[in-house]
Amino acid sequence: MLEVMVRHRLGDFALDANFASDGGLTALFGRSGSGKTSLISAIAGLIRPDHARIVVGDEVLTDTDRHIFVPRHRRRTAYIFQEGRLFPHLTVRQNLLYGRWFTRPLQRHGDFTQVVDMLGIGHLLRRRPALLSGGEKQRVAIGRALLASPRLLLMDEPLASLDEDRKAEILPYIERLRDETRLPIVYVSHSIAEVARLASTLVILSEGRIAAAGPAAEVMTRLDLFPLTGSPETGAIIETRIVDHDVVFGLTRLRAAAGELRVPRLELPVGSKVRVRIRARDVMIAVREPTGLSALNVLPGVITEISPSEGPIAELRLDCSGDALIARLTRQSIATLKLSNGKKVYAVIKSVAFDRRAIGSGSDMAKSADVEAVVAEDLFAGATRRDHQLADPAPAADWIATPGAG
Amino acid sequence: MLAAFSAEEITAIRLSLKVAFWAMTASLPVGILVALMLARGRFWGMSLLNGVVHLPLIMPPVVTGYILLLLFGRRGPLGQFLDEYFGIVFAFRWTGAALACAIMGFPLMVRSIRLSLDAVDRGLESAAGTLGANRLWVFLTITLPLIVPGILAGMILSFARSFGEFGATITFVSNIPGETQTLPSAIYTFTQTPGGDLGALRLTLVSIAISMTALLVSELLAREATRRVVGL
Repeated sequence: MLEVMVRHRLGDFALDANFASDGGLTALFGRSGSGKTSLISAIAGLIRPDHARIVVGDEVLTDTDRHIFVPRHRRRTAYIFQEGRLFPHLTVRQNLLYGRWFTRPLQRHGDFTQVVDMLGIGHLLRRRPALLSGGEKQRVAIGRALLASPRLLLMDEPLASLDEDRKAEILPYIERLRDETRLPIVYVSHSIAEVARLASTLVILSEGRIAAAGPAAEVMTRLDLFPLTGSPETGAIIETRIVDHDVVFGLTRLRAAAGELRVPRLELPVGSKVRVRIRARDVMIAVREPTGLSALNVLPGVITEISPSEGPIAELRLDCSGDALIARLTRQSIATLKLSNGKKVYAVIKSVAFDRRAIGSGSDMAKSADVEAVVAEDLFAGATRRDHQLADPAPAADWIATPGAG
Repeated sequence: MLAAFSAEEITAIRLSLKVAFWAMTASLPVGILVALMLARGRFWGMSLLNGVVHLPLIMPPVVTGYILLLLFGRRGPLGQFLDEYFGIVFAFRWTGAALACAIMGFPLMVRSIRLSLDAVDRGLESAAGTLGANRLWVFLTITLPLIVPGILAGMILSFARSFGEFGATITFVSNIPGETQTLPSAIYTFTQTPGGDLGALRLTLVSIAISMTALLVSELLAREATRRVVGL
């Protein structure tokens, strides 16, 4: 669906990247200067790489070998910039409709009212961008990109210039985009929290090269990438479903392949899909099934990898019936417990490690330093109660369709 | 006595306004184009173009007028060509005065438009590009509205410069009452005539009034335009 191969030299910096994705949200992750923005600019046609082949759907946008370079205004790759870049001399409504002037009626998708409702910007339509808050600006920028009827949405750190509250305000909309539209998204970020929450495919860039690419849950748990993914923040992503709610103790039971997790109550219906991030440093390891322990979550698993380490700390990768989990231990513990590959162990996670404020409300998700429970599908329902600007969580209808995509 | 204008003075005032208006209007499209080339272009001879545009600002006006006379006079290469094929004559006509004024005001106009172009966030233009606008549409819908304050300021500057132009005009098209005798030329004539002091004073006051008005109008327009562009 999306195929990108770019080789480009900019002074001392050489970009040499090659990845593919079959839709969903592809996150390009890396430190600043790793070439993320150059890569996304090449996809948008904002830069002309020395050597490249870029294909979206069935259309070749760039192919230097065949001398194909579709100009940016015919690519239909809407770009959401870090700073929004709303047109200051136009009202919000005019900004939103800008791309519409240039799309042929046959290619149009996305209904104005529905996009405005989804983003909760109906009350802003007559205003000028100068009077909007950072979060409002970014929502308008997302709407403007959607209404240009793109076949690919490019987002370049759309949350980087916002404070934590505003980030939390925007994140649910991006999740909604990912889940409700069949529009492929390429999302550039240097925040592992955002990537963990949003990405279906993860591409890790380092110094202009691709260090890893693949399904997000898989790439996130690769120990050898920890120097790149930023070790204090790393952890595993586990997809779960809500089994039931415990009213007496205010807990919610989640079912994952690895076993059962109990977390502070989530205000979501039973059966909802929930994405949970478990940070490596919140996982303890026991060699026997622990008893007399306050922690509620004990997942049996097998050690598959121990990161080689010279320092006091090392990471373990566990396979818990198919779900990968990462634990961070001291090297001393590894020696004392005689941990080695193939050994059967128990991973212990405190339920309170799942920050209650981080769950369901969407308000503190990004800043939560603890383990996060990330609601993939139905977070919106929770967010609606908090934020009256949000529209009803309309059934995930095909309110937007990507021609050629399906 | 001060308020009673003679017919000659009124003619000079009207002629000056006409010349300045046409000098400003005719040089505007060229001014925008040249400003665009200087601000955005990357071509061989850019510094040369920049130099030529700014030349009238530093050269003695009389020199500019004399060059115009050489080029556009009845025997001049351009003057002969235009007369023969298009029937356009600049020499010793009010159109010649407008041409001289346009050229004298041109660097000011280009400079002002160019400065506002430099201030435009190029990011907005690429954003418009990714939304489907080709380069012409980007210019018309994004760049042009954003440089309106600069264009207005440039127009006023050009108008004011044209209104006070003397040296190049008198050299190129002389000082013919009713045809090329603009306000400064008329003041000059009055000062050379015995008893002309009062007329010179009246025209001086008119000149100050018109210049002040132009300045105020430009301030107002620029403020309004900035308000609209910034969106406050």
